[in-house]
Amino acid sequence: MTLPGGTSRVSVSTAGPGDRGRRKRPSGVQRAAAERARTTLGRRRAMNVLMVGVTFGAAIVATLPLVFILAHLVREGASSIDLAFFTELPKPAGEEGGGMANAMVGTLVLILAASAFGLPIGIGAGMYLAENKGTILANVVRFLSDVLNGLPSIVMGIFAWQFLVRPMGKFTALAGGIALGAMMIPLVTRTTEEMIRIVPVSLREAALALGYSRWRTSLVVVLRTALPGIVTGALVAVSRIAGETAPLLFTVLGNQFWSTSLTEPVAALPLQIFTFAISPYDAQHALAWAGALVLIGIVLVISLAARFATRSRFGRGGD
Amino acid sequence: MSEASRPLVTARPDDTGIAARIEGSAIGDTVYRWLITAFALCIPILLVFIALEVGTAAWPALERFGLGFLTSSEWDPPHNMFGAAPAIYGTIVSSILALVIATPLALGVAIFLSEFAPAWLRQPVAFLVDLLAAIPSVVYGLWGIFVLLPLLRQHVMPFLAGLPGLGRLPLFQGPAYGSSMLAAGLILAIMILPYISAVSREVLMAVPRSQREAALALGATKWETIADAVVPYARSGIVGGIILGLGRALGETMAVTMLIGNVHQISASLFAPGYTMASLIANEFAEATGDLHVSALMAVGAVLFVVTLIVNAIARWLVWRVSREARV
Repeated sequence: MTLPGGTSRVSVSTAGPGDRGRRKRPSGVQRAAAERARTTLGRRRAMNVLMVGVTFGAAIVATLPLVFILAHLVREGASSIDLAFFTELPKPAGEEGGGMANAMVGTLVLILAASAFGLPIGIGAGMYLAENKGTILANVVRFLSDVLNGLPSIVMGIFAWQFLVRPMGKFTALAGGIALGAMMIPLVTRTTEEMIRIVPVSLREAALALGYSRWRTSLVVVLRTALPGIVTGALVAVSRIAGETAPLLFTVLGNQFWSTSLTEPVAALPLQIFTFAISPYDAQHALAWAGALVLIGIVLVISLAARFATRSRFGRGGD
Repeated sequence: MSEASRPLVTARPDDTGIAARIEGSAIGDTVYRWLITAFALCIPILLVFIALEVGTAAWPALERFGLGFLTSSEWDPPHNMFGAAPAIYGTIVSSILALVIATPLALGVAIFLSEFAPAWLRQPVAFLVDLLAAIPSVVYGLWGIFVLLPLLRQHVMPFLAGLPGLGRLPLFQGPAYGSSMLAAGLILAIMILPYISAVSREVLMAVPRSQREAALALGATKWETIADAVVPYARSGIVGGIILGLGRALGETMAVTMLIGNVHQISASLFAPGYTMASLIANEFAEATGDLHVSALMAVGAVLFVVTLIVNAIARWLVWRVSREARV
C-alpha cells in the first residue's frame, strides 16, 4: 500500500513495528533521501492541504450513494404508500392498486421465528465469551462466529433448503426462520459480549462480596445491567435480517395470500420487493418502491434508535 | 477433631440455611457454566452442520465432474452437463472491480474520519457511511435496475467506449445494454465500501498516540505523519479490511442477480452480462430441473462457502493481529 506523495522523512527515524515493510526496500530509503533533498516546506504543506481535500472528497463521494438512493426511494415510493398498501393483498399482475399487508405480516412471522432460534444462542454464546476471555474454546468460538458472520446469505438459504425444505417436501416459513436465525447468531453474540464487557468489574465484585453466587451475579446483576445494550444489539440484528432476501428465495418461497403458519410458504417484504422489481408491470414497480421505502424506514429507525440508545447510556457512540 | 474439620458455616445449627444455599449455588454455578458453554458450542456445531449439509448435497455433482466442474464452461441442464467456470470468472471479476473502485474511496474516508475530521463531523459522517451497510441488498438491486442501469446505458458506457485510447481496450467493447459486469461491480463497490472503511477506521484509531506524536515532533506535516507513521503501522489491518470487503463482494447475491444479466459466458468486456456463483444459485435454484442440476448448484454453493471461509479467516486474522499489537 504505497500512498502517493509520502515523503519518507519521518519513517526512517520512527522505526516502529509498522516500518518492517519499509526496511525491506532499500530503494525506498534512497528515494526518501533524494526526496528530502528536494522537498521544500511549502510543497509539503501544499501536499498536506491537498490530501485533506482528497480525503474529504472521498467522504463526500462515499455518502452520495446513500443520499441518492434515499431521495429516489422517497420520490418514487411515497406516492404509493396509502392505507391500502398496509391493509390489502397484492393485486394480480397488471392490475392497479393493492398492497403488501401479507408480506409485512410474513416478515414479522419470520423475524419472530428467527429471534426464537438466534437470540438465545447468540446471547448465551456472548455471555460465555465475555466470561471466559482467554480460553481456547472462547477464541475458537469468537473466530468461528466471525466466519459465520461472513458466510454469504445465499449459502444459508441452500443450507436451510437441504436441511428442512427437502426432507419436508414443501417450502415453509420455519426454514426461512432458521436461515435468518443462523445469520442473527454472530451479530447478537458480538454485541452481547461487548455489552457485558463494559459492565464495570466493580459491580460484579460487589455482588460476589455480598454473597451472591456466580450464576446469580451473572444473570441478576451483570446481564441486567447490560440488558439495554443487548436489546439494542438484538434490534440491530433484526433490522439486518429483516431486509435479507437471498435466504428466503427457496425456503419460504413467497405467498400471494395471508399466511402466518410456520409450516406453510409465507410472503416476505424483501421477497415481494424482488418479485415486483423484476416484473414488467409499472403498477408493481410502484409497489416495489413503496415496499423498499417501508423496509428502509424500519431499518433506519432501528439504526438511529440503537445509536442514540447506546450513546446516551455509555457515553460513546456505538457502532 | 470432628468439630474442627466441619465446614465453618455449619458451626451453628441455625446457619444450615446458608450452607444449603452455598451448596445450591455450587450446583447453580455448574449448571450455569454448562449452559452458556453449550450455547457457545452451538456456533461451531452450526458451522460444521452447514458444511456437512451443503457438502453432502453437492457431492453427486462434484463426484461426477471432479475438478472439471471448476474449469468447464458448459452449463447445459437438459444434457446434465455442468461447469461453473463462467460463474467463478464472473464472481472474481465483479469482486475485483468492486475492490478497485471501493478501496481508494474507503481508505480516503477512513483517513479523513480518523485523522483530519473535526470531532463534531466524525460521528455523523461515520454514521452515514455505516448506514450504507444497513441498506438491504434488494433495495440496492431495485435502485440499480431503475437508476443505475439507465445511467450506465445512456451516459457512462458510451463515455467509456468513446475515451481516446482507453475506449479501444477489450474491457469497453460491445453493445451497452446496461445489465453487465460493470453494473454489478459498481453496486458491489457501494455495498462493500462501508465494511472496508469501518475496519480501516478502527485499525487507524488503534494506532498508538505515541506513533503520531513522534512523527509530529520530528516536524512532519499531518499528512506525512499519516502516510509514514500511521498507515504503515495499521497496514495489515487495513489489508484485512479490504479482504473482508472482498468476502462480502464474493457472496453478495440479490443486487448482483438483479444487475449482472445472468448469462453463462466469459467475456473480456465489462459491458457484457455474466453470472456470479451467488447469482447463479439465486437465479436457477427454484427452477432446477433434475437432481444433478440441484446438486451442481449445491456444488457452486459449496465452492462459495469454502472460498468465503478462507477469505474471511485471512481477513479476521490480519485485523486481529493489528488490534492485538495495538493493545499490548
